[in-house]
Amino acid sequence: MHRYVVKRLLLAVPTLLGAAALVFVLLRLVPGDVCVIRLGSGGAHVDPAAVAACRETLGLDDPWPVQFLDFLWNYISLDFGNSMWSGNPVAHEIAVRLPVSLQIAILATIIAILFAIPLGTISALRENTWLDHAVRVIAIAGIATPSFWLGIMSLVLVLDITYLATGKAWMPPIDYVPLWQDPVRNLSMVLLPALTVGYRYSAVTMRLTRSAMLEVMREDYIRTARSKGLLEQIIVNRHALKNALLPVVTLIGIEFAFLIGGLVVTEQVFNLNGIGRLLVLAVQNQDNTLTQALVMLIVATFVFTNLVVDLLYAWLDPRIRFS
Amino acid sequence: MTTTVSDAALAGSTGEARPSWSRAALTFLRRRPLGTVGIAIVLVMFVAGALADVIAPYDPEENDFSAMMEAPSWAHLLGTDQLGRDIFSRLVFGARTAMIVGFSAAFVGSAIGLVLGVASAYFGGWFDLLFQRVLDVMMAFPLIILALAVVAVFGTGVFNVILAITIPLIPRCGRVVRASALAVREIPYVDAARALGFSHARVVLRHMVPNVVAPFLIMLSAFVGQAILAEASLSYLGLGVQEPVPAWGLMLQGGAEEYATTAPWIAVFPGLAIMLAVLGISLFGDALRDALDPKLRDR
Repeated sequence: MHRYVVKRLLLAVPTLLGAAALVFVLLRLVPGDVCVIRLGSGGAHVDPAAVAACRETLGLDDPWPVQFLDFLWNYISLDFGNSMWSGNPVAHEIAVRLPVSLQIAILATIIAILFAIPLGTISALRENTWLDHAVRVIAIAGIATPSFWLGIMSLVLVLDITYLATGKAWMPPIDYVPLWQDPVRNLSMVLLPALTVGYRYSAVTMRLTRSAMLEVMREDYIRTARSKGLLEQIIVNRHALKNALLPVVTLIGIEFAFLIGGLVVTEQVFNLNGIGRLLVLAVQNQDNTLTQALVMLIVATFVFTNLVVDLLYAWLDPRIRFS
Repeated sequence: MTTTVSDAALAGSTGEARPSWSRAALTFLRRRPLGTVGIAIVLVMFVAGALADVIAPYDPEENDFSAMMEAPSWAHLLGTDQLGRDIFSRLVFGARTAMIVGFSAAFVGSAIGLVLGVASAYFGGWFDLLFQRVLDVMMAFPLIILALAVVAVFGTGVFNVILAITIPLIPRCGRVVRASALAVREIPYVDAARALGFSHARVVLRHMVPNVVAPFLIMLSAFVGQAILAEASLSYLGLGVQEPVPAWGLMLQGGAEEYATTAPWIAVFPGLAIMLAVLGISLFGDALRDALDPKLRDR
């Protein structure tokens, strides 16, 4: 297992380095001089001396390899620079917005697992019944529905229902309060977005749980367990589900990418001040420092999640670590 | 004695042994009702997009301030938006945008992925190693994030959105195709083709590529759906197709929530169109996968 852990860790390093290089090169390809954009926002006249000073400060006159090494060194020493748009340190901009995105991501994952695994299992055990068809329809609709539209529709529904019931439309709060300070306010803010993002997540997980269960239930060892006279409940819980959940664990890692994608748009719908919305703002404002840092943060989180999932998988399934 | 071996004979494709395309299509339609529904939906979208000028009763970009936020009626089948534009006409023209972006991004992305994936498996060695590391790096970017980064560089607009969605699709196709091509590489006819002195390009394109078409087609159908969703998301964020071009995601952008109580049709219909398009493609893709690869059935 130790060798496997080291091998996986070593594989993550070149991936991160490559991602850093890709982000670095991509953002150097942005047309126009960053300093001119920065100093000339609002159509103001740009003083060439100020542009030269700005280029000097940002190190833009250095050759690309030097700039890349600087960029890498700054990231390793956790110095992400200042936002070109607000002037605040990037680390600060991210830290303020991380809790809300993180909470929605965690809640969405919990919602996905809570719905997907029981429904997927029941669907497989009752194959080709109306229950199975219903679950499959819910799942395929979850994959086809854009999460931002689901968000808009749920907002429309909440607004309409509260308007009809009380005569005044109610909107979820948009300023973040931590869960421990005001649980009701916090949950009324994050629950709808988490459900919106979690639906797609659970739809995909549901489909995989179902197909994995169907496959496992046809295995010889399930027939053996049945012929031993084991209770169906024990067969399902102890023998089938444990094996069927292995691919589901991997999927949770892969789906994390979609979760982030979902967050980027969902935060926009619910007007939440999270990481996803910050990234959209950074791209809109051509804030390269912030875009660079956010993309790297997302990529690093994605690589890390997949690493954890791989290790978990290897721990759960000895065939992987000994192969 | 001189023997000429044709490419077709080498790949084992004797014309009469295979069922014709029309018969295969008919069998598909009969055996896969859900897939047929999927094809029907996609066809409707395609026709709507292609004949938008004929089908749409109004100019999708024309504001009519005397008919703002009108409920669905015979004059405006799906109502009008906050600028008095006919929603049905905008949806029909939006289908054109969705189909153009969805199909071009998926086709170009998967075609490049296909050739690179097969070439990587065929050549092996340092090329394969390098290709795999590049794939690892690109796959570390969630699709929408890489698309956003590309938009950050090249800007918005239809062409740039196609580019932004195509780039993340290449490694996703390349990886799956490479895995299939590795198995094909071991089949003796590839060695036979090499022994006959065929060029690398001919072996890859003529002998290996046709034999990984099944996983490729499955990926391609999934990609069209993903690309349509990605385009809608980017346009909704204001970083995709720009006004006044009609696009479904863009139609949801203009404060659809604001008119939730007064004009809910502004938000309902564009979303339904996106959902239906992706659903149709998913149903077709699922049926295609079942038909081409029975091992994957029910996944």
